[in-house]
Amino acid sequence: MTLIVILLNAILVDNFVLSKFMGICPFLGVSKKLDSAVGMGAAVTFVMVCATLCTYPIYTFILVPMGLEYLKTIAFILIIALFVQLVEMILKKKVQSLYNALGVYLPLITTNCAVLGVTILNVDKGFGFTESLINSLGGGLGFSLALVIFSGVRSRVNSADVPKMFKGVPATLIAASIVSLSFMGFSGLFG
Amino acid sequence: MADNAAETKKSASAPEKEQVRKKNKKGVFGEFTKGIIKENPTLVTLLGMCPTLAVTVMASNGIGMGLATTFVLICSNLVISLLKNVIPKAVRLPCFIVIIASFVTLIEFLMKGYLPELYDSLGLYLSLITVNCIILGRAEAFASKNGVLASVLDALGMGLGFTLALFAMGSIREIIGTGKWFGIDLHLPVTMTLFIMSAGGFFTLGVIIALVNRIAGRSAPAEVGCAACPNAANCPSYNKTEGKKEAVSE
Repeated sequence: MTLIVILLNAILVDNFVLSKFMGICPFLGVSKKLDSAVGMGAAVTFVMVCATLCTYPIYTFILVPMGLEYLKTIAFILIIALFVQLVEMILKKKVQSLYNALGVYLPLITTNCAVLGVTILNVDKGFGFTESLINSLGGGLGFSLALVIFSGVRSRVNSADVPKMFKGVPATLIAASIVSLSFMGFSGLFG
Repeated sequence: MADNAAETKKSASAPEKEQVRKKNKKGVFGEFTKGIIKENPTLVTLLGMCPTLAVTVMASNGIGMGLATTFVLICSNLVISLLKNVIPKAVRLPCFIVIIASFVTLIEFLMKGYLPELYDSLGLYLSLITVNCIILGRAEAFASKNGVLASVLDALGMGLGFTLALFAMGSIREIIGTGKWFGIDLHLPVTMTLFIMSAGGFFTLGVIIALVNRIAGRSAPAEVGCAACPNAANCPSYNKTEGKKEAVSE
């Protein structure tokens, strides 16, 4: 039961993009078309879950016993960078179809604050291994959901006739604010 | 203004050191001032949006985050410009990230020790300075190509520009959202709590960017700070618009 709460909480209530403001760059940059939004969302979800899979054991079994918790930022970002590079190489060699779908988005993810954010958040919240994985999965799904919804909103905003000073990024940001407003309706869903 | 910025970028990327040196002689001070207004990282090149939106619920938070980022930016630019000939080109991004992450850890310790209240309210976002694209972007675009003094001044200017933008965002959101400024009650007749919520963050930033464009008399950029993003070459959405031109010319 609590696992479902963690999952839904990460997707809807504490949405990474719309209420935690992580991963704003891809949210505004890659949400122009539906297919690229889906691709980016899938790649981020995949990397978030796998990054948690790697960082959790390293934090619990190496950093904590040695009293090096403060090194978590450096350790996690290195692991994520290494991991993304590795995945890219493996996909390129072995799973060509998946590489064609996700490959272009992978290098962007290294510096995506949502991925580093979710791994640090899992540690800060004191989640166990399963809870961490579920939280990361929810975070990734929430990111994808926001990206997909926003790509739809954005195609409408782009065709609208907005005042000249608001054209481009300002109009996009205000549209994002309205999407974020609608997600506020979920707050307090689980107390 | 735009011409000037283009010139700066061109001369920085040119391989001839002479050119760079000549420009430095002309105005090392120019490296400092450009980041504050002309190339303000948040409001003009639209970098570092995550902290800009996330921590600016209070003016004091904005200043704290801005100064922390400035500190990391100055230190990393300093170290990277010193090591620019030592770091192999192929692994430069991981190297930059490790250097940046070390300074972030340092500022976390300092803030936890001396400003525990600010540390608590910035929380997770303090660690996320590591992946702030302003810092990586400046390392990639400036510090790895320029001398120490110019890099430090560039970092100082960019950092102060970022701090100013965050301070403006924080002030607007705190005043309209809670009717206070730096915790002092302004006795406003109406306040809108929405402004300190997430939706208000997007809204305030959108309006500020629109106003800055209006005052500067140029049209708003169509892209988020993609041109300065170290990953621009790999980014599908960026390649569709500008990357292709570059690929053709290369």
